[in-house]
Amino acid sequence: MTDTNAAIAPPETFRAAVWAQFRKHKGAMFGLVVLTLLVVFVVIGPMLWVPEKLKVVEALKSKNLGPSLKFPMGTDQLGRDQLARMMAAGKVSLAVGFVAMMIAIFLGTFVGVLAGYFKRLDGILMRLTDMFLALPLIPLLLVMVMLFRDKIARVLGPEMGAFILIVFAIGVTSWMHAARIVRGEVLALKEREYVLASRSIGASPRRVILRHILPNVVSPVMVAATLGVAEAIITESVLSFLGLGFPPDFPTWGRLLYEGLEYMQLYPERVIFPGLAISLTVLSVNYIGDGLRDALDPRIRGR
Amino acid sequence: MKLRTALMGAVASLAFAPAAFAERGADGHVSVLYWQAPSILNPYLSSGTKDVETASLILEGLAGFNEKGEVIARLAEDVPTVENGGITADLTQITWKLKPGLLWSDGSPVTSADAKFTYEYCTHPEGGCAQAARYEGISSIETPDDLTIVINFAAPKPNPYTAFVGGTSPILQAAQFANCLGAAASSCSDQNFMPIGTGPFMVTDFKVNDVVELVANPNYRDPAKPAFATMTIKGGGDAGAAARAVLETGEFDYAWNTQINPEQQAQMSAAGKGVLLNGFGTLVERIEMNMTDPSPDLAEGERSTTKHPHPFLSDIRVRKALSMAIDRQILVDIGYGSAGRPTCNLVPAPEMFASDNTDCLTQDIEGAKALLEEAGWTDTDGDGVRDKDGMKLRVLYQTSTNPVRQDFQAVIKDWWAEIGVETELKNIDASVYFGGDAGSPDTFQKFYADVEMYANNFDGTDPEPYLAQYLCNKIPGPDNQWQGENINRFCDPAYDALVDELSKTADMAKRGEIAKKLNDMLTKDSYVVVALVDRGRLSAASNTLGGVVLNTWDTELWNAQDWFRLK
Amino acid sequence: MLNYTLRRLLLAIPTLLLISLVIFFLVDLAPGSPASEIPLTVPAEVRMKILEALGVNEPVHVRYLLWLKQFFWVEPLNGFDAIFGTHYADGMQRIISYQSRAPVFGIIGDRIPQTLIVIGSAYFLGVVIALPIGIYSAYRQYSIFDQLGTMFAMIGFSVPTFFTGTLFIIIFAVGLGWFPTKYDTTLDVTDWESFLKQLRQMAMPVMVLGLANAASISRYMRSSMLENMGQDYVRTARAKGMSERTVVLKHVLRNSLIPVVTVIALGIPSIFGGAIITENLFGVNGIGSALIQAIHGNDLPMVQTLAFIFAILIVTFNLVADLLYGMLDPRIRYD
Repeated sequence: MTDTNAAIAPPETFRAAVWAQFRKHKGAMFGLVVLTLLVVFVVIGPMLWVPEKLKVVEALKSKNLGPSLKFPMGTDQLGRDQLARMMAAGKVSLAVGFVAMMIAIFLGTFVGVLAGYFKRLDGILMRLTDMFLALPLIPLLLVMVMLFRDKIARVLGPEMGAFILIVFAIGVTSWMHAARIVRGEVLALKEREYVLASRSIGASPRRVILRHILPNVVSPVMVAATLGVAEAIITESVLSFLGLGFPPDFPTWGRLLYEGLEYMQLYPERVIFPGLAISLTVLSVNYIGDGLRDALDPRIRGR
Repeated sequence: MKLRTALMGAVASLAFAPAAFAERGADGHVSVLYWQAPSILNPYLSSGTKDVETASLILEGLAGFNEKGEVIARLAEDVPTVENGGITADLTQITWKLKPGLLWSDGSPVTSADAKFTYEYCTHPEGGCAQAARYEGISSIETPDDLTIVINFAAPKPNPYTAFVGGTSPILQAAQFANCLGAAASSCSDQNFMPIGTGPFMVTDFKVNDVVELVANPNYRDPAKPAFATMTIKGGGDAGAAARAVLETGEFDYAWNTQINPEQQAQMSAAGKGVLLNGFGTLVERIEMNMTDPSPDLAEGERSTTKHPHPFLSDIRVRKALSMAIDRQILVDIGYGSAGRPTCNLVPAPEMFASDNTDCLTQDIEGAKALLEEAGWTDTDGDGVRDKDGMKLRVLYQTSTNPVRQDFQAVIKDWWAEIGVETELKNIDASVYFGGDAGSPDTFQKFYADVEMYANNFDGTDPEPYLAQYLCNKIPGPDNQWQGENINRFCDPAYDALVDELSKTADMAKRGEIAKKLNDMLTKDSYVVVALVDRGRLSAASNTLGGVVLNTWDTELWNAQDWFRLK
Repeated sequence: MLNYTLRRLLLAIPTLLLISLVIFFLVDLAPGSPASEIPLTVPAEVRMKILEALGVNEPVHVRYLLWLKQFFWVEPLNGFDAIFGTHYADGMQRIISYQSRAPVFGIIGDRIPQTLIVIGSAYFLGVVIALPIGIYSAYRQYSIFDQLGTMFAMIGFSVPTFFTGTLFIIIFAVGLGWFPTKYDTTLDVTDWESFLKQLRQMAMPVMVLGLANAASISRYMRSSMLENMGQDYVRTARAKGMSERTVVLKHVLRNSLIPVVTVIALGIPSIFGGAIITENLFGVNGIGSALIQAIHGNDLPMVQTLAFIFAILIVTFNLVADLLYGMLDPRIRYD
C-alpha cells in the first residue's frame, strides 16, 4: 500500500518515520505537551518559585489559606506553601512512577516473552509469577525495608537510599500482570505465519523475538505501562503511609493527597491539586502510549 | 468554646437522668462505634483497650474507678480501707465482701470461689495472662465464706486496689472457665467470645474484629437498668470516619477514641448531631533522649547500649536547649486542640502525684542558643549547624507513622534548626515500632536514633510501677532481648534509691511527695524525658444519648448501665 | 488438553508447597511481633509470658510443620465433622489466631459472605460497564465517546480508592444522606425492606470498587479491540460485504475477548482477597480487612492461612485462564 510513496520519498530512518506518525496523533502530542509541562513544573519550578523560609510561629499565622497571589495553591495546616510542596513532591512522584514502571515493564516483558516463547521455561517462570502474585505485599515490603534500608541509606544517604529502595520494591512487586499478558500474546504470536516463516528459515530465537515478537506485544505492554505509572505513584503513597517510604518531611503527590484527605471538606484544594497532578500524569502517559503504539505499528504507520 | 457549652449541655442532661428512665430495656437500641473492633472479650487474653472496654460491659470486678479516679464499689459491698478495717494496718491483707444475692447472667449465684478461680486463671504459668501485673505480689487468696475474699500480700502493698479492681481485672465465672486454665486458655474460644458476666449486658453474637451484639442482662443487680434493651458495637474505619458517623450522619450514638485534628473537631461538631467529650488521664506525648550512642558505626550489640555514652546528648545543656526550643502550646493547637494541653511532667495526674513543674511551658529560643554556646557548640563554618571538635550537632528523630506525629516532627525540626541543630526525620510503621521484635532495628526499645517520640501512660491511678521503669536494671540491651522499659538508658543510683523508698511508703501524702520528686528528676532536673503534650481522650456522643460520663481512669463504657435515650 | 490439565494440576502441588514455605518464612522474618498489640502499660515480663503462651518462641520450622499438618489434615477433618456431625477431629489443635485465640477458619467463614457479596458485585459491575465502553471506544477511536471513556478510565485508576471512598461518603452520606457509611454485617435479607437496606449499604463500596475495576478492564478491552480491528481478516470480512455489525460483534469481538477473558479470570482471586482500603473505610470487615489487621498485629497463623488460600486461588485461576486461552484461541496448542 505504501510502495509507490516509498519509492519516491527519500528512505527515511525508522526513528523519523515513527516520529512523523507520532506527530500526527493529536492526543499523543497533547500528552507529550502536558507531560513536558509537568516535568518543567517540577524541575524548573522550584528554581523560580522559592517561598520565603518562615519561622514556625509566622508560618502558622498563614495556615490553611486558600489559593491567592502569594500562595497560588494555598497553604497547609502548618502554613507551608502548597505550590512549593507540589513541585518538590512532583519531582519524587514522577521519578518513582516512571522508574518503577520501567523496572516492572522490563521484568514483566522479559519473563513473559521467555515463558511464552520457550516452552521449557514456561512452567517454571509462570509458577514463579504465581508465587509473586500470591506473596502478601506488605510483609514482603517490610522485610525488604528491614534488610536493606539502613544498608542502602548508609551508602547513598537517606533520600537517595529511600528512592532506590522504593522503586525497586514497587518494581519487583508489580511485574506479574505484565508478564502474564505478554506471555499470552507471545503464545498466540508464536503460531502466526510470519513467525513460523522466520523460524523455518533458521532465524535465531533472539532475532525472532526482537524482530517479530517484541514489536507486536507493544500494545498490551503500553496499557500495562500506563496503569503501572499510576499504580507506582499510588503505591508509593501507601508505602509512605506505612512509614516505609521517604522521610516524613519529603512530600510526594500521593502523600499530599493522603494528608489532604482529612481536610477535604474544609479545604478541597488540598486534595484537588495533587489529585489533578496524578490524573494529568496518567492521562498524558496514556495518550503518549496510544500514539506510540500507533506509530510503532507498521500497518498504521504511513497510512 | 463550642465544646465547652456542649459539655455543659451534657452535664445538664445528667440532672434529668433519673426521671428519664425507670424500666430495664425501655429505651430500645443503642449503637456504639469502636473503630478498632474488639477481637476477643476476655481481658485476660488481650490487653488491647478495645477488648478490655467492650468486655467491661459484660464482666465486672469487685470495684472500679470513677471519672475522678476514686475507687468505687461494683460487686463489692463497699471499698475496704485501713480506716474501715478492710485493710490490715501492716498493709499485707485486704478483705472484700461481695454484695449478697448477686447472680451471673445465667442465673447462678456469684461467690468468692469465682474470684479465687479468676486469680488462679490469671496466675497460671502457661496461660500467658495479659493482666498478670494486676495480681503481682499476692501470696494467697482465702475464701472463708461465699461472700468474703481475703487477699494476702507477700510484702506490704501501699496500693492494694489492683486485683479485681477496674476493667482490666474482672471476675470470671469459675463454672464457665473451669476447663480453660493454662495452655487450654486459647482453645476456649466460645468462652472467650461469650463470657458469662455480671455486667449490664450479655453477648448474643460476636464476630471477630467486626461486631458485637448484646442484650440487657436479665439478672443485672439493679432491676431498673440498663435502660437499653440491646446494644451493637461495630468496628472498622478510622477515627475520622467514626467521628463523622456520630457527629455528621448520626448513624451511631457513641464513638470511642475519635482523635481528629482541631479543625475537623470544630467542623464536625458544627453539624449539631452530637458532641465531642474529652477527659484527661495520664497519657503524655514525649520526646525521649537517648543517653547512649546510636551510631551505625558501632558494632551490632553495642549500638545504643550503655557501653557508649551519647556523644552530645549526655550533656544536660544540649538536652535542655532542645527542650527550650519547643513551644508546647503550638503543638497542642496543631495536633490536639481541646483534647490536649501542654505539660512538662511525665506524671501529669492524679493531682496528688503531679508536680508543679511548669518551667518548660515558655519557649526560649535565645536561651537555648546561649546554652548551646556555653556548652561549646558554635557554628564555626557558618552553615547554620553548630559543631564542636569536628562533630556536627545533628540528630536523628524517629517516631511512629501518624499524621499528628509527622506534623510535630516537621515543626520541631524547624525550631531545632533555629537554634542550629540539624534534624533528620524518620517514621516507622506502628506495628514494627511498638512490636519489640528483637530482630528489627526499628523498634522503640532498640532506639537506633538520637531522640524518639511516642506516648505512654500508666494503668490505674498509682504511678509507682510507671516510675520504676527508669531503674538502672531495666535498660534494654542485647542481653535481655531489648525488653527493658528504661528506654532512655537513664541510670542514677539516687533515683533507684528513691523508687525503693516509694515502694515502702504507705502514707499517701508522702507517696505523692516522692513521686513528684522522681518525676522532676526525669524531667526538669535532667531533661531525659521531654514531656510535650498531656493527651486527653476524645470520644463522640450523640445528642440523643444521655448519661455518658467520660472516664479516663477505667473503661470508657464504665457506666453504660446508666446510659439512656434523651427524648 | 486433558493431558496438559493433569500435568498442571500435578505441578500445582509442589508449587503451592513452595509458596506456603516462602510465605511462612517471609511473614516470620518481617520485623514486628504480636506484641505490638499489647499496650506499653504491660510490663516486659508479662509481655514475654504472653508471647510464650502463643507459641511464638517455638522454632520456625516446628511452627511451619505444625501449620502444614493443621491446614491439610486437622482443618479438613473439622470441616468433615461439621458437615456430617462426626467427631474425628475432637481434641486436635486447629489453626488458632493470635489476636482472637479463635480458629482462623471460623473467622474466615464469618467474613467470606460480605466479601463475596460486595467485592463480587463490584467486580461484576466493573466488567459489565467496562466491556461496552471498551468496545465502543475502540470502534469509534478518538471520537468524543472514546475521549470521555479514556478520561473516565484514567480518573478511575489514577485516583486511589481511599480518595474516592471518602469523597463518596462526604457527598452521598454526609451531604445527601442517601447511604449509611458503615456496612452492617449482621443484616439478614428476609424481605423487600431488608433487601433495599442491603442495596443501600452496598451502594458506596460497590461504586468505589466498580469504578476502579471498570477503569482497567475497559482499557484492556479497548486496546485488544484496536489490535484486532487492524488485522487482515477484518479487512477481508469487510471486503466480502459483511455487515459492520457482524464484522465487529462477531469477528473482532470474539478474537479481542481472548486476552480480556484472561485478564478477567486473573482478577477473580482478588474478589476473595477483598479490598483492604475500601472494606476498612466502609466497615465491610471482610477478608481484606482481616488480612490487613492480621498483618498489622503480626497474627502469623491468620496471615499465613489467608495468604495461602489466596495462593491456591491464584494458582487455580491462572490455570483456568490458561485453559480458557487454549479453548478460545485455536492457534494455541499446549501439547
